[in-house]
Amino acid sequence: MKLFRQHWLICGGTGCQAAGSIAVRDALKAEIQNQGLAEEIAVVETGCNGFCAMGPVAVVYPEGIFYVAIEVSDVPELVSEHMLKGRPVSRLFYKEPATKNVIPDMMDIPFFAHQKLIALKNRGILDAENIDEYIARDGYQALGKALTEMTPEQIIAEVKTSGLRGRGGAGFPTGLKWEFCQKSPGEIKYVLCNADEGDPGAFMDRSILEADPHSVVEGMTIAAKAIGANEGYVYCRAEYPLAVHRLQLAIDQAREYGLLGENILDSGFSFDLHIYQGAGAFVCGEETALMRSIEGKRGMPRPRPPFPAVAGLWNRPTVLNNVETWANIPQIIQKGGAWYASIGTEGSKGTKVFALTGHVNNIGLVEVPMGTSLRTIIYDIGGGIPKKHRKFKAVQLGGPSGGCVPEEHLDTLCDYEAIAKVGAIMGSGGMIVMDDSTCMVDMARFFMDFVQEESCGKCTPCREGTRRMLQILERIVEGEGQEGDIETLEELAAMIQTSSLCGLGQTGPNPVLSTLRYFRDEYEAHIRDKKCPAKSCVALLDFVVDEAKCKSCGLCFKNCPVSAITWEKKKPAHIDLSKCIKCKTCFENCKFDAIS
Amino acid sequence: MAKLKISDLAKIKDQVTQATSLREGGAQVKVTVHMGTCGIASGARNVLNAVMDELTKSGRKDIIVTTSGCMGLCSAEPLVTVEKAGAEPIKYSHMDDAKMRQVFNRHVLADEVQTQWVLAKGSEQ
Repeated sequence: MKLFRQHWLICGGTGCQAAGSIAVRDALKAEIQNQGLAEEIAVVETGCNGFCAMGPVAVVYPEGIFYVAIEVSDVPELVSEHMLKGRPVSRLFYKEPATKNVIPDMMDIPFFAHQKLIALKNRGILDAENIDEYIARDGYQALGKALTEMTPEQIIAEVKTSGLRGRGGAGFPTGLKWEFCQKSPGEIKYVLCNADEGDPGAFMDRSILEADPHSVVEGMTIAAKAIGANEGYVYCRAEYPLAVHRLQLAIDQAREYGLLGENILDSGFSFDLHIYQGAGAFVCGEETALMRSIEGKRGMPRPRPPFPAVAGLWNRPTVLNNVETWANIPQIIQKGGAWYASIGTEGSKGTKVFALTGHVNNIGLVEVPMGTSLRTIIYDIGGGIPKKHRKFKAVQLGGPSGGCVPEEHLDTLCDYEAIAKVGAIMGSGGMIVMDDSTCMVDMARFFMDFVQEESCGKCTPCREGTRRMLQILERIVEGEGQEGDIETLEELAAMIQTSSLCGLGQTGPNPVLSTLRYFRDEYEAHIRDKKCPAKSCVALLDFVVDEAKCKSCGLCFKNCPVSAITWEKKKPAHIDLSKCIKCKTCFENCKFDAIS
Repeated sequence: MAKLKISDLAKIKDQVTQATSLREGGAQVKVTVHMGTCGIASGARNVLNAVMDELTKSGRKDIIVTTSGCMGLCSAEPLVTVEKAGAEPIKYSHMDDAKMRQVFNRHVLADEVQTQWVLAKGSEQ
């Protein structure tokens, strides 16, 4: 047996062959012949080495050197340097990821680069359970300033200058709200925080309370000084145990430091704060229902006026803002209203936090300056749609009170008025991205189901009307829609909107109306053709393989949980309808849209 | 704790900065496990336990381990930040018990950044 001084093992697996390993092997052999090394060096083709992503790959023994991504043009150098002179070609070495030094800077990552942090300024930086860390990041400085250097009028003027509007969804100017309350006569007043976050897909408030609870405590205490209140409540849903825990710790620690309680920071001003845990009824996010709930009554809205600024909790003048609004206050006081107003658009100042979720790569919490386009949020920050064969269809803003924004309006800017113009609302910041596998009728049905379940029952149009709307929508997705259903939906929606007392009923039909506005043809396809264009509604699907489109890849066969699909290599799949349980696993796995 | 006066805020700020800053003679490394609901749901508690365990084994006294809230990128949780004196903070994503132990032993103790799991370096502000 011939003894070689070097063995070159070239990978001949499918992956490396596709990358050109055969040509490299042949070139190596030819060059070895040329240089007269055929007696010394063996070139061997091996099976898959497993590192297909870096192919063609080669291992050289006895040194054990591992080359990656070899090209034919590299061959002369490999032969003359490594084989003849014994100097391995280091530029073709595999670089251990642990030593390769290309770490992107955080601010070069689009997810972070397009954000501007005000309400979330301390996110991921401080220990939420330690008040000292908040103080170390200039916490309670604004409170000190408000209590010792500013009059209530000055505080309110600063907030008015900032242009801050309610981040709970309605967008009422915060400074104005405080001013009304400050001018309302009364010895006893209250400051409340709405942490009853309930929109499906929204988690901004929870995250702020978990990451930076003191910013809310500080914001509320500043408002208390401005309106002349000595007591406040945070209404937080009991489903947020971690948020409640951290907020309670924050309140306890602030009390211990004398930042809550009697004579705060030696200023003579007193204010204390309590948490009231709500049982999770959606309607309790409505201000008058929230106050009734704190009073120990059943959470139902009452007619306004009188507005809470005049007669709120226990009929006393009350200011209620949501978590994100409060988190903005300390920095507005510290840096000035003009600084805050310099960010954003004409009518919407500062930043807005969105909970980005759904069919998008980077799910998470983003804070952007007002005036950022929805496209930037979804594509640059969110990283776009995860499945390559899917297309963007719409984004739902504002949860059950909001509406969807389709592709053609993606350049809409984050601005209360601009978003309202395209039929959605800024809302509290829920942003659910949907790709073209989402049926808009079914999406509307989902939100209507939510609204009818959460309707408190006080107003008949909301209680009964939402239920009728849901029935019609359920019928349509079941394939039993009738001519006239769309018109009935529109009629009911208009009636519920105009005759309900609170925001729940007034806005509840919005998801139906906005999907009708942009995707009316989908409703019509369901009703007239009994087809679901998004291939989402199970009752309207045949579960048949289109043999012309089927590429015989076998993915449906491999994923079917009940073995209802038969398939052989190079033959189209077939679904046995007697075994099929209509779970749609095959639909989700088919990359060629071949199942209908 | 006595009630604070305004001047005390600056004192606390100084104390905390003293205690937590990474500097000569003081703490050399700070490991932050991001523990919002998203982090905990994806396993941050196991990660924290792994750090604590490795810290005990190492016997080092100059390493601070702390927790913090959500960093925003919930889909990359559990996230961990490793800050070493004189170097930019490094954020690791999708951590678990085993990865955390490797990061601790090779990055925290041996200065070898485990780039394969790094999300980014630096900070947002």
